[in-house]
Amino acid sequence: MASPQTSATRVIPERPWRRLLHGDMGGRILLGTLAVLIVVIPILNQGVSPSSPFHVSDYTVNLLGRYLCFALLALALDLVWGYAGILSLGHGAFFALGGYAMGMYLMRQIGDRGVYGDPILPDFMVFLGWEQLPWFWYGFDQFWFAALMVLLVPGVFGFIFGWLAFRSRVTGVYLSIISQAMTYALMLAFFRNEMGFGGNNGLTDFKDILGFSLADPQTRLALFVASAVALGLAYLLCRSVVRSRAGRVVRAVRDAEPRTRSLGYRTDHYKLWIWTLSAMLAGLAGALYVPQVGIINPSEFSPLNSIEVVVWVAVGGRGTLYGAALGGALVNYAQTLLTAMIAELWLFALGGLFVAVTLFFPRGLVGLLKRREDRS
Amino acid sequence: MSLLDRPREVMRRDRVFDFMMPNPLDAARLDTRHGPILYLEDITVSFDGFKALDALTLYIDVGELRCIIGPNGAGKSTMMDVITGRIRPDHGQAWLGQRLDLLRMQETDISRAGIGRKFQKPTVFPEHRVVENLELAMAGPRGVWSTLRQHLDGEARDHIDSVLTEIGLESAGHSRAGQLSHGQKQWLEIGMLLMQNPQVLLVDEPVAGMTHQEMDRTGELLQRLAGRHSVVVVEHDMDFVRSIARTVTVLHQGAVLAEGSMDAIQADPRVVEVYLGE
Ligand SMILES: Nc1ncnc2c1ncn2[C@@H]1O[C@H](COP(=O)(O)OP(=O)(O)O)[C@@H](O)[C@H]1O
Ligand SMILES: [Mg+2]
Repeated sequence: MASPQTSATRVIPERPWRRLLHGDMGGRILLGTLAVLIVVIPILNQGVSPSSPFHVSDYTVNLLGRYLCFALLALALDLVWGYAGILSLGHGAFFALGGYAMGMYLMRQIGDRGVYGDPILPDFMVFLGWEQLPWFWYGFDQFWFAALMVLLVPGVFGFIFGWLAFRSRVTGVYLSIISQAMTYALMLAFFRNEMGFGGNNGLTDFKDILGFSLADPQTRLALFVASAVALGLAYLLCRSVVRSRAGRVVRAVRDAEPRTRSLGYRTDHYKLWIWTLSAMLAGLAGALYVPQVGIINPSEFSPLNSIEVVVWVAVGGRGTLYGAALGGALVNYAQTLLTAMIAELWLFALGGLFVAVTLFFPRGLVGLLKRREDRS
Repeated sequence: MSLLDRPREVMRRDRVFDFMMPNPLDAARLDTRHGPILYLEDITVSFDGFKALDALTLYIDVGELRCIIGPNGAGKSTMMDVITGRIRPDHGQAWLGQRLDLLRMQETDISRAGIGRKFQKPTVFPEHRVVENLELAMAGPRGVWSTLRQHLDGEARDHIDSVLTEIGLESAGHSRAGQLSHGQKQWLEIGMLLMQNPQVLLVDEPVAGMTHQEMDRTGELLQRLAGRHSVVVVEHDMDFVRSIARTVTVLHQGAVLAEGSMDAIQADPRVVEVYLGE
């Protein structure tokens, strides 16, 4: 037996960035899968003839890209729900805000190719009879600016929301309710034409991104790869966060906030920080999603969307990161399958799934797999 | 209160100039040349007219192991509340060393200045490993950015390991704290106090609910800690007190009734009366 002097602290890695995936089989599988997809999917899409059974259609590539965006959104939610114990029922709002920031860029890329041919104003503004671009649309013709806003807008919005909520010690179900109210309020606001985001119809009819046509299969492929890379990097980021000392403090806040406070930690700061980070990741997911579906409208703020994200995370396995990502992708895949067959049943299926998870496998799919492992 | 009191209070020199304030983090500057590390003088606390502490005066020496006993409601927990800054007394003085006025310090500053308190109910983090519990309690910066970048250096590891050995949990370092027995949780909690390098340890009813074996080990632990720390133990269990105590203080109705060795205390007719009359 090793002497206790050397073994006791072994579990805490000396350099987290080196041992980031130490003991993280699920994470390795996730990253490995992403790496394989990044290589194989382009080959099967571009290099294999469409008549071959191994060909992956453009439609499938696009679909996979969307699943990865949902996986990223689920990952973001797991960071706050699984690790900080903050059940957000409004994370769809950050996703939508990031999506709108990207949509504004795509909108301005249309230029004079719109129906009304105005070189500056998007169609809906011309339609509303506006003469000038609103100030908050400035800068969105530049990709770098839009990319920054994709992170900053949800980040700042999340920061302000979190600052107000956590400072006043709003926790538990109350926080869930006000986060839901937040996304609902945003939905109502974005429905209004005067807001300047296209009202009801939202932003759509995008033409190209960074000069590449969105209709091109190669562009879609690139978006898919970008989503995969984003998910992989976000996973590593989240993993390094939860493996850090700060991550252990965040978990302590989740389990016993008053005790953590009594040890001298400003628990509100920790919650605010992880909440803001999570909001930014959700925004990134939205920004990658919008060019792949070609539209962003206020229904993305719908409270139901945010609740669905909670179901994904619960199904995958809360508090594991990779499980959440798995849940995000799998549940949406199931939705695609089921909707193709019996569209009306999907919501019931989703509700049933949530009840089943809560009652029978509270640790989600990951928990099920682990239990198998433990037994054998 | 006169109108002038408030401005006067604000303008007090030691409030206005930060450098006039003793730095509570600088435990090394604690002035204990005169013997006692903890001074309680004439402390009175009343709740709606009822005096929970009545002109209590008590001195704790450096490195001493002191047991405080007394019937329920004697004011033992209230005394600890005063020392840790949870309750402000109506009268009296409370000093840590010669320089730190506890009655003017915030709870967190008092704890950083070196007074650690273990509450009756163990409150460890059940989902964290034992070593992680100790790490969370370790003295040091507590901001998000510092904990995000911080890694355990050799010194910190050694500290954790030595505390782990001290509390007898070296083989349980990897276990989740929730899996520990009741007694082990109590030791872990004492270990979490030790991670903050306290000068004074206040321990409230440490052996409640423990098996005899666990009691013995707790007694050994507290005796080991005395010397390097001043340890104040509040306890009901007389056998336990007898097994560890050098000096015993009997509280009754918010004041010191008797003080001395266990044998002397038990021979004191007033003490016998208080305990039998309960
Ligand atoms: N917050 C409070 N409000 C009113 N009375 C209190 C409060 N805290 C303690 N007391 C009273 O003060 C007395 C001393 O309590 P305590 O210090 O808890 O006694 P001990 O710990 O010695 O059993 C008791 O009679 C208790 O009822
Ligand atoms: Mg008590």
